[in-house]
This record gives sequence, C-alpha cells and structure tokens, in this order.
Amino acid sequence: MQLAINIAVLTAIYALIACGYVLIYRVSRVLNLAHGELMMLSAYLLITTASLFSKTPFIALGAAIFLSLCVGVLVYLFLMRRMTGEMVLAAVLTTVALGVLLRGLVVLIWSAQQQNPAQALGWVNHSLPVFGGRISAAGAALIATTALVYVGLFLFLRFSRYGIRMRAAGQNPLLAAQRGISLHVIYALAWGLSTLTGALAGILISLDSGLDSTMVLIGLKAFPAALVGGLDSLVGALLGSLIIAAAEVLMIYYVDALLSDVVPFLVLILMLVFRPWGLFGTREELDRV
Amino acid sequence: MSSREPRASGYFRSSYAQGLRLLETRTQWTALVLFLTALGIFPFTATSFQLDLACQVFLAAIGAIALMLLTGYAGQVSLGHAGLIAAGAFTAGILFKEFGAKFWITIPAAAVVGALIGLIFGLPSLRLRGLYLAVSTLALHFIVVYLGGEYETKRGFSTGILIDAPRVGDFIIRDRKIWYFVLLSFAAAALLISLNLLRSRTGRAWAAIRSHETIAEALGIGVPAHKLLAFVISSSMTAVAGALFGYYRGFVSVEAFSLFLSIQYVAMIIIGGMGSLLGAILGAVFVTLLPYVIEYAVAQLPNARSYAGMLAAFNYAAFGVVMILFLIFEPQGLVGIWRRVQNYFLLWPFKQKPLGGGRK
Repeated sequence: MQLAINIAVLTAIYALIACGYVLIYRVSRVLNLAHGELMMLSAYLLITTASLFSKTPFIALGAAIFLSLCVGVLVYLFLMRRMTGEMVLAAVLTTVALGVLLRGLVVLIWSAQQQNPAQALGWVNHSLPVFGGRISAAGAALIATTALVYVGLFLFLRFSRYGIRMRAAGQNPLLAAQRGISLHVIYALAWGLSTLTGALAGILISLDSGLDSTMVLIGLKAFPAALVGGLDSLVGALLGSLIIAAAEVLMIYYVDALLSDVVPFLVLILMLVFRPWGLFGTREELDRV
Repeated sequence: MSSREPRASGYFRSSYAQGLRLLETRTQWTALVLFLTALGIFPFTATSFQLDLACQVFLAAIGAIALMLLTGYAGQVSLGHAGLIAAGAFTAGILFKEFGAKFWITIPAAAVVGALIGLIFGLPSLRLRGLYLAVSTLALHFIVVYLGGEYETKRGFSTGILIDAPRVGDFIIRDRKIWYFVLLSFAAAALLISLNLLRSRTGRAWAAIRSHETIAEALGIGVPAHKLLAFVISSSMTAVAGALFGYYRGFVSVEAFSLFLSIQYVAMIIIGGMGSLLGAILGAVFVTLLPYVIEYAVAQLPNARSYAGMLAAFNYAAFGVVMILFLIFEPQGLVGIWRRVQNYFLLWPFKQKPLGGGRK
C-alpha cells in the first residue's frame, strides 16, 4: 500500500512539472530545458515572501506564485521573444543557458545551503494515515493540486477564448497570426502558465522535503514523463508521469536505490526507439523537398 | 567551410587540387610557421599556472573539435558529450586499476570504447532528428554516468579512481612541460584528422546531410552510414580526450562529468561559431579561460574575501549570460567576428564582396 501511495505522490509531482513542458512545447515547439531551474527559483521566491509576510502564510504563498507567473512572462518578453522564428535548436539552447544563469543567481541571492520553506511559513508537515499507509500533508496537497491544475488546464484550453487561441497558435502559427491572434501574447501566456504550474510543483516539493539545487534534477527527470506521454498532449503527460513514477519507485524498491536518477531516462530511450512521438503525441510531418 | 573561401583578395584557383589545399598563400604559410614557433617557445617562458591553462585548453579543444564535427558539420545535435568524456576517462581508469594496463593500451582502448558508445549514441539518430535526438543523447549521458558511478561504489572507489602518471619505458610523463607537448600533439592530430575528413568525400557527405537529409539521400549519399560514422569518429576522439583528461588529472570521478560539462562543450561550439574548426578552438579557449577571468574579476571587487565562497555561482551566472548574449547577438560566434574583421581588411576600401552571392 505504501508503495502505491509513493507512486501516486511521485506521479503527481512529475505530472505537475510535465504539464509545464507540454504547455510551452505545444504552443511554440520550444523545449524549455530551464523548467527545473524556474521551479527552483519559485521555491526560493517563497522563502523571500515568507520572510516578508511572516504572519500570513497564505499571502506569502500567493505572492510567490504570482511572482513566478511574472517571471515566466518576463522570461518570454526579454529573452525568448528574440528567439521566436529562429531555429528551434537555438531557442532550446537559450533555455539551457537561462537555466545555467538561474542556477548561479539563486546561489548568489539565497546561498547554497539547504532551506526549509515549511519552517519559514511556520507549517509542520504532518504525516497522515491513509488506507494502511502514510502520506505527508504536502504530498496530499501535491496530489490535490495536480488534479486541480489538470482539470483547470483542460477547461481553459477547451472552452476559454485564450485557451482556444493557444491551441490554434500551436497548430498553425502562421494561420493563427493571420486570423488576428497575437502570437507574442499567446506565447507569453504559455510561458507564464508553464512557470506558474512549475512554481506550484517547486513550492510543494520544497514544503515536503526542503529546498536546494537538487530540485533541478527533479525537474529534468519529469521531462521523460512529458515525452513518453507525447510532448504536445496533456493527457499523455499524466499517463507518462504514471509510467515513469511507477518504474522509478518499483526499481528503487526491488532493485537498487542508485537507479532512481537513471530509470526515467532508460524509459525515455526505450520510448524514443519504439515510438518517438510518444503515446498520445502527434507525429511530426514528413520532410518534403 | 571557411578555408574553402579564397583568402587572398581575388580568386586565383585554376584546378580542383588547388581548391583542396589547406594552405593557399605565402602569408598563410608564414602565419602557420610563426604560430607553431610561438607554441613551441611558450612552455619555456610560461609559469606553471599558465602551462596548466594551456593543457586544459588543448584537452577542451580536442573535445570541442569532435563535437564540432558532429554538430557543426554533420548537423547531429548531441547534449551527451560529457558522457563520452566520462566513458574515455573511465575506460582508462578501469583498465589501469583492474589490469594495470599501460598508457599505449588504455588510449587506443578508450578510442575503441568511444567508437562503440558512439555507435549506440548514433543509433537513435537514424530515426530521430533535432530536438528528439538531443534528448536521446541527454538520456544516454545519464546512463553512462550512472554506470561509472555504479562501478565506483561497487568496487569501493567511492571518492574516485586514482591513475598513475603514464609511463613510456622508463620515461614518466609528469612534468607540465612534457604534458604540454603531449596534449598539443594530440590536439594537433585531432585537428589534422578533422581537416582531412572535411575536405574529403566524408566531409562533403556530412555537409549535405546537414543541409537537407532527404536531398542528400536522393543524391545517393548513404545517410545512415554517414550519420553513424560522424557519431563514431566524434565519440572516439572525445573518449581519447577523456582518457587523456583522466591521466592529466591523475584522478577519475563521476562528479567531474556532470550535465554542466556537456553544456560547456555545446557552449564552446556556439561561442566559437558553428561549422568552423577554428571556431571550435576559439570556443575551447574562451570557455576554458572564462572561469579564471571571472575569478580574477571577482578578486578585484571590494571586500573580495566575502565572495570567495560564491565563485562557483558567479561562474554559472556569468557563463549563462555570455551564452545568452552570443546566442542572441552573435549567432555566428567568435569566428563570425573574426571573419568580419578579416573581410574588412581583405576588401578595403570596399565594403562588399565584389563577386559571388553577397554576404556570407
């Protein structure tokens, strides 16, 4: 039972992170390899807001999440906007560079020591009993948040005006632009939303297990989840996260704990060999001369 | 490719053989001789620290040249370069530790292992392109590093594998000056091999694949074979660089081969300038020296002591900024700047090339 709960929590973590990769990729075909670093930045922002609003933890939380949204939009406006229309690879490398920059900045501003935002907010991470196993309060919050985020994103993309525009921009940017959809606004929105979901993941993980630079690796490990499901499919990201999380937890339990960092990538390679576009992804078009 | 463009102020080639020459003008010969003399004299005037820097630059240059062949010429993106360096270093380390193998066995062994791993790295490239290929090499990097780490912990070398200085007969390569010449000759060999590959059939096939795979296939170029060849050659060279790195440091440990190292190599070829061997070398020099420049700059700041612990963070931040600046403002890299300067003098007093298709 405990195993199933561990898998559920890890699935929630990966799914919450993976939807950030999916959002940006689906809209602009850019793979954001700085997602892990942006996540970490959001968690560190929470440390700062927690010391500003030490009396009211929920305001601190809200402020940190709002700031993360702004960071995402600013990253697009000042950095990625210049890469729109460039080679996709150049854009991806720019996100890599951004990641390196953020990693340095975070240490410069907040130092490299492990931090504990839960303590800063004055919260205790209780361990709750469920179905014969135990789950931490932050873990339960993670599962709930992931469910909410996915339902919210589904409704947003399906029914709201901007969601529909986002899907249009992802399907055919040129046509979308000609129909009067402002691509820059849509891309900025996608970056903002992606950073927002990443921030939720980063903050909840740091509430659960503290905060240091290893969070980047968690962000990177969620990437196989997004790809296994199909980089442009939210349902796929959910299923991919389940596959990766289950593989990882079971391998750690039955084989070797050292494997934990490498299992997601093994699954990723298998997937790339047999079905590179993922379970639910759309196949890339063939080349024409 | 840069050296295929005429270097003199006109176009004087009258046969294909002349087009294939590596050095075309007397000025180039003089420059080469002067450069080689400078390289030869350098170790006798430099301090030990400067020699160490030079050795690091040579090691980085071998890796960067190899990555440039793969990414800059054949157009196959790899984010797993550190994995290949790790593979070379671990091959040397394991052979030395387990079998007491000698220098002249471990280096070729590293090349063979590198070639094999290159074949594995290259297999996904037959189905995947661009982004997906980059991701698969990234995944392979984690797997290679995991295997290295597993070996370290299972055999009880959890802090790393120590390697003795290489020995040829009674002669031990330990002195920095000797290392300088050893590494210089390896780097020069890598450069010559690459130059020759690029001006032959293989190099032209790679260029065709990079430009357009489907057309290359239609022209009768064996696309899968040449892609794999690019991976095999590049990985083999990189693994040799890795083995040399292990010997030079006298120490192999997984921590040295993080994802950041891969990013650094990619940065070298971007900062240097894609599609140019000169660019790979310039990039290697730039990226290797950058941390030392930053260290120097930080030391000049007021109350420098308090920043000493944050040097790594400064490095990361500055490195990210430099990479972003190059990607946005100078996508052609250092070589782009160099060519502009060169063209300015070649064409003076004109601004544009008189013949041929406009700006390059």
